Amino acid sequence: METRAEKITESLGLGNSQHYNITHDPDDIWDDSRVIINIGPTHPAMHGALRMVAKLNGETIEKSYCMFGYTHRAKEKLGENRTYHQFVVYTDRLNYCSALNNNVTYAMAVERLMGIQVPDRTVWLRMICCELARVIDHFICLGINAVDLGAFSFFLYGFHQREEAYTLIEKLCGARLTTSYTRIGGMMHDAPEGWEKEVKAWVARTRKVIQEMDELLTTNKIWRQRTVGVAVFDKEDCMKYSFSGPNARAAGIDHDLRRDQPNMFYKDVEFDVPIAKNGDVFDRYLVRIEEVKQSLNIIAQCCDKMKKGPIWTEDKRVRIPDKDVVHNTMEGLIHHFKFFMTGFDVPEGEAYTVNEGANGEVGFYIVSKGAPRAHRMRIRGPSVWHFQGLTPMVEGEKIGDMVAALGSINIIAGELDR
Amino acid sequence: MNLAAMDMIDWVIFLAKPVLICVIMLQVVPIMVWVERRGSALIQNRLGPNRIGPLGLLQSLADAIKMMTKEDFIPGHVMGFYYQLAPVLCVVPAFMTFAVIPFAGNLVMDGRTIHFQAADLNVGVLYILSITSLAVYGIIMAGWASNNKYALLGSLRSSAQMISYELTMGLALVGIIMTFSSVQLADIVAGQSQTLIQLGPIAIPKLGIFVQPIGFFLFTTAVFAETNRLPFDLPEGESEIVAGYHLEYSSMKFGLFMMGEYISMAVGSALISTLYFGGFQMLPGMGWLHGQIVQAAALPQLQADLLRVGFEIASFTAKTGFWLWTFVWVRWTIPRFRYDQLMDLGWKFMLPVALLNIFATGFFIYKGWI
Repeated sequence: METRAEKITESLGLGNSQHYNITHDPDDIWDDSRVIINIGPTHPAMHGALRMVAKLNGETIEKSYCMFGYTHRAKEKLGENRTYHQFVVYTDRLNYCSALNNNVTYAMAVERLMGIQVPDRTVWLRMICCELARVIDHFICLGINAVDLGAFSFFLYGFHQREEAYTLIEKLCGARLTTSYTRIGGMMHDAPEGWEKEVKAWVARTRKVIQEMDELLTTNKIWRQRTVGVAVFDKEDCMKYSFSGPNARAAGIDHDLRRDQPNMFYKDVEFDVPIAKNGDVFDRYLVRIEEVKQSLNIIAQCCDKMKKGPIWTEDKRVRIPDKDVVHNTMEGLIHHFKFFMTGFDVPEGEAYTVNEGANGEVGFYIVSKGAPRAHRMRIRGPSVWHFQGLTPMVEGEKIGDMVAALGSINIIAGELDR
Repeated sequence: MNLAAMDMIDWVIFLAKPVLICVIMLQVVPIMVWVERRGSALIQNRLGPNRIGPLGLLQSLADAIKMMTKEDFIPGHVMGFYYQLAPVLCVVPAFMTFAVIPFAGNLVMDGRTIHFQAADLNVGVLYILSITSLAVYGIIMAGWASNNKYALLGSLRSSAQMISYELTMGLALVGIIMTFSSVQLADIVAGQSQTLIQLGPIAIPKLGIFVQPIGFFLFTTAVFAETNRLPFDLPEGESEIVAGYHLEYSSMKFGLFMMGEYISMAVGSALISTLYFGGFQMLPGMGWLHGQIVQAAALPQLQADLLRVGFEIASFTAKTGFWLWTFVWVRWTIPRFRYDQLMDLGWKFMLPVALLNIFATGFFIYKGWI
């Protein structure tokens, strides 16, 4: 008599017994009869459409491989088909947890190719934006990591502050998640009156919250059991897999682009770069907690140092004409029309501009052939490298540890797949 | 109990008690769902559901209607009979455990003694242990019948966890049994009304927590594990194995699993209160209040007794309610263990400690200290 299982395999076209042949190929995950589970692309622990196929022995992951590309939108190709101005909105959708950071890095990349200097106020504003984005991103990473390990309240404490930060960002540009706040050579709007004061008040509140979050979990025994020594990725591994950002610093790689290659005014503000040693989930958590505190310090300093002034560069090539000029003069209207329809030409050349993103090194490599569209656009999203490290990281660990590891390296699918 | 000698009133009492308990237990579920939602909101700086009814109290009703009116969907790849049976097997043992828990002292009415307890079994505690073990069958069955790898992993975790922690639970109970020299819960509660130490005017009662502090912690931890609540919610750890054993269940079948969880929470809380906090013994001050009222109103014996029963039920409810709140409180505060750490804690720490506790209790009893 045919069993139910046979019926199912037959209906799936797997009825043939040769499908179950054992090849003893060590690289073939589907070989032999161990339980193979498909974690993702729709799985509550997978942040975004990521997929891991894992061969289990009991609860231990013996072998696994990761797949991505489920949210691929051909961002880099779009960069070759959109004008430099139009591409700003696409940068939001890279790491959507810290969209401002991508906006700023992209604007800097194009400005560098064109040799444009932006006014001081814009630079300070961009620094505040970068650090706000970093705080938001770290809150998400810390929170989601805790949710995956069952500590839900911790996540919501951070999320409350994150929502407040989004309200601040909303006051800047009208959008919360996909900000598109920067323009080549300036910003979309200046910060509204009294915005700096609100930011400083938020910083003061957030300091208390991050302190509370720190106290809640750092000394919690169960949290330590779940994270210390779990998914260790040491210095060598990090080098091998080109890790950057907090994940590399958790393994002891003393590297922070804000300090080592200071762009904007990072050399004028004081901050520490937290370093940990072991490169386990707990160290990544600690580094992120400390980085939030440092970022809050930077935001407070920037708010103090930001002076009133123009936010647009004087360069006529990139400056979007003011609305009263557009509406009242013929030249202004033509300028406006030409700017948005054909865009501005970027001189021939190529440049790779990096910035310390929340997750690591965010870079834009742009090759220009003198046209209003990039000839080649390449984006470095740190998640690509981090995600490749997941497979060796979780080998021999439990399923629960895999979830902890994935949460701790903060894979953002938008940046991973681009 | 001699069934032949029972008259009409005896039968009514005999049948009313289980029905009453079942109805009360069913009411615990919506209330606890509400407490869980509002309680978690309180802990997390949120408001929680507050739209339906006063303070959102009718939210649970809306949930129940949703559960019942949803399509009763059965996936094509499950093993039908066992799939249907599993939720029932999860809920029924949870109800059954409550049968032996006394929720008020005896009441003498017209020469009849009424026990506020569905069944005053002479095996008491042993009955509880045997019935709670049954719940694991429902979970294993659900995982196996679902024909899903995540569900199977969840039920495997659950069975391993429940079996490991049942040992600790049983051994922790041995200490209580030794101390009060009885396995009947009514006797254990009565034993806890004795005075342990007299401190001037205040008499410290011989509560389970005072004579069995280690046993109390072991038992409480084991109850948390038995009910699959955080930090021991591995069988359904949503981030790891999606939803564990009830992954393939929807509508009221899922609702039954949830009911089972809340009812076993209620039973666990009732057990903790009964074994370690004097059960229906009145809260401090209530005895005095009762005496005052009886004296002031010059109540006859029957009415005084009825008032006493009321106070006792209130005390029992308050104690149980506190422990139910603790379940909620813990869930929203701490992270969950990993599977192997849970096993280590159960076998390498709690089991030896529970054994040592038995020896220590024996030594104390031998010396006549408790």
